[in-house]
Amino acid sequence: MPLKDLFKNPGRVFSRKPAGTTAPPPTPVEIKFIPGAEPSARLDPWWWLVAAVAVLIILLLVLKSDPYWRILLFVRDGLWITVLLTVVSFVFILILGLLGGLGRIAKNPVIHLVATLYVEIVRGIPLLVQLIWWYFAAPVVIQSLGRVLHFSPLANYHSSAIFLAIVGLVVCYGAYMAEIFRAGIQSIHKGQMEAARSLGMTYLQSMRYVILPQAFKVVLPPVGNEFIMLLKDTSLVSVVAVADLTRRGREFMAAHFNPIEVWTLIALLYLIMTLFSARVISWLEKRRSYER
Amino acid sequence: MPEPIIHMEDVHKYFGRVHALRGISLDVQIGEVVVILGPSGSGKSTLLRCINHLEVYNSGKIIVDGILLKSAQNINIVRREIGMVFQSFNLFSHLTAADNLILAQRTVRRRERKEAEEIASNLLAKVGISDKADCYPGQLSGGQQQRVAIARALAMNPKIMLFDEPTSALDPEMIKEVLDVMLVLAKEGMTMVVVSHEMGFARAAASRCIFMDEGQIIEEGTPDRLFSAPTQERTKLFLSKVLQI
Repeated sequence: MPLKDLFKNPGRVFSRKPAGTTAPPPTPVEIKFIPGAEPSARLDPWWWLVAAVAVLIILLLVLKSDPYWRILLFVRDGLWITVLLTVVSFVFILILGLLGGLGRIAKNPVIHLVATLYVEIVRGIPLLVQLIWWYFAAPVVIQSLGRVLHFSPLANYHSSAIFLAIVGLVVCYGAYMAEIFRAGIQSIHKGQMEAARSLGMTYLQSMRYVILPQAFKVVLPPVGNEFIMLLKDTSLVSVVAVADLTRRGREFMAAHFNPIEVWTLIALLYLIMTLFSARVISWLEKRRSYER
Repeated sequence: MPEPIIHMEDVHKYFGRVHALRGISLDVQIGEVVVILGPSGSGKSTLLRCINHLEVYNSGKIIVDGILLKSAQNINIVRREIGMVFQSFNLFSHLTAADNLILAQRTVRRRERKEAEEIASNLLAKVGISDKADCYPGQLSGGQQQRVAIARALAMNPKIMLFDEPTSALDPEMIKEVLDVMLVLAKEGMTMVVVSHEMGFARAAASRCIFMDEGQIIEEGTPDRLFSAPTQERTKLFLSKVLQI
């Protein structure tokens, strides 16, 4: 049976014989692997939802441009801050998560302890509390430290709210990401590491060329999930003086007092970003599959 | 007697409270093919894995190619000279057959890409699967995967090849294609230590057979002598069960 018929009519291959009848002789089916021919290569139907939300936003902006268009213009810079926060933080979260994950499986007891302590402590404190701590407490701690050490760059330490917000997000999400990477690495059969080591590759080479490429495929869905959660959680930075989408919305509402329009539009803007990200992630998942 | 390439002396290995190897002493000369037999749990695989330090032995001495394993500054220098073939193939599933052969040549032997590719394609031809060079392991049959795994080990130009039950995970009709490759290697004079129950292979290729039980070497000898006239009761019992089938 040609491959494309197989996917059009999977019932022919997987159907069960009706009870009480003798099965016809099975037709041998040769399944060939043709990259891109899988049904997953078709356009994901959930793109329609993204399109629908986009249309809804455009309709609001066009048909009721006052106040929606005015709100959009006002919160536009906040939108960019939200995107920037998410993307920049996520890059560092991936790096920290990878290091943390490797630390969690390290044989060296000191590295293992440090990584485990980090994960356990950070996961036990709410993100909002962490963000507030980094914004209000961390600079004071650094300044006092500088005074004690008589080190003026530290004593006069000042930092932008956005930098401290990124630090807070990275430290918090890095701990969750470390657990995801740890699980991903441990899901790879230990024979893979043994095979690599038996060829004379070092531990790091084996990780770099054998384990991590396979682990990345495993962790892509949860990592994508974290990205979407991060995108939404960036709204928390609005309480620590970062003018992100949420904060700009609050500012507009304070000036004009039209909560329904403001928060409807803000919600839709977050929604279109998360829906779009989800589609990109699911496309990546399908693209990166290889035969196992 | 020349210096043995593998020298094991009173090797003990524990897994927690389980005493897996109880004083193993074994010498393997260059060019020898040693087949290790024994019931499951007798320590055959553990012995093999101690030779390339995948398992760390607790006491005794293992010297491979002149290097004492425990004191080896860099175990990777020893390992690159020892090819290992696993029961479950352990091919790198994210790489094609050819790339499976190329990876360690590039990272460990530091060969140029072109040279590594040439060696890979020659070896894939040698094990009879040139046409599958661009397939991923998941697209290959068990026998084909195991032949790629053998080629991958050979690509490092090892001095010793270790085989850990290389045919146990294979369908019967695929066993022969793997054993044929191993026979060719044996004929070419490769030093091999093979854990296997393939009596036919042992008869055809082994210079020595070793019977193990409960972490000890019970008996050793040429395959003909060991199979036809075992002296130990445990060997007789084991062979009577295996040869019946």
